[in-house]
Amino acid sequence: MSRRVGVVLFPGSNCEQDVVEAVDLLGGEAEILWHGDATVNGVDAVVVPGGFAHGDYLRPGAIARFSPVMAAVADHAAAGGPVVGICNGFQVLTEAGLLPGALQKNRGLKFLCTTVELRVESNDSALTRLAEAGSTIRIPVNHFEGNYTCDDETLAALKSEDRVVLRYVDNPNGSVDDIAGICNEGRNVVGLMPHPERATSELLGSADGLPLLRSLVA
Amino acid sequence: MIFSVHVEVRLRPGIADPQGSTIERALPTLGFPGVEGVRVGKSIRFTIDAADEASARSEAEDLCRRFLTNPVIEDAVIELEAAAGVGR
Repeated sequence: MSRRVGVVLFPGSNCEQDVVEAVDLLGGEAEILWHGDATVNGVDAVVVPGGFAHGDYLRPGAIARFSPVMAAVADHAAAGGPVVGICNGFQVLTEAGLLPGALQKNRGLKFLCTTVELRVESNDSALTRLAEAGSTIRIPVNHFEGNYTCDDETLAALKSEDRVVLRYVDNPNGSVDDIAGICNEGRNVVGLMPHPERATSELLGSADGLPLLRSLVA
Repeated sequence: MIFSVHVEVRLRPGIADPQGSTIERALPTLGFPGVEGVRVGKSIRFTIDAADEASARSEAEDLCRRFLTNPVIEDAVIELEAAAGVGR
């Protein structure tokens, strides 16, 4: 079954074509969703890609969450539709309240651009259902504000409900509890800092992003 | 009435502040060895047209909570004063 995946484009997004290429590679049907249109065009899944939406002015995601498309994305999520936020998209989803917590500046004071190892902690989510729980995968990260934080109560809920879907093997940014990706209570909304769309071929250094993105199209 | 508003957005205690840390580390080499506790925030100024100070403050607080700060990592300090004519 070929599924339609909508990729949200804000002014300042810069990873949307990588997601489109990855979806096409996996046999899905990708289409760009302009942020100013208050609809997701009936797609099966939505990806909020990386970049610097609205220049990251004020805070990453702070302005993007008011874009007309975000109300439609929230409706899609509320109806159980898959929504994945990658990097800046994760920041947008936390600002929009679709995922708990926030992304603060990296502990090491440096912008990180490297490939990291991740452990798939749960395959019960929209992005990890075709990945192997317990496996280690190699995916690039590329961020300055990727240090996930939340209050103790939220962290306890994330852990007890098995909603930490990806953890860093060697924490690069100071994220609490080595968190690289989480999901919402419904497990259909997932946010992660690493970029699976940049790990779609051994020629790019890793193809480990494919099982994750395949979860959206297969 | 027009109210002049100044919002200081600060990182909450315990939240990493790379800009503040970098500035603090640079200070000794510039000849300021005794300066500590550097924290960098944001200063945002605007005016609000409201019936009275209480409603202006209420609107500023709402604006801070919903947009100007992320309450998970930031606090806001709001200063507000009547400033008829300012911003017009």
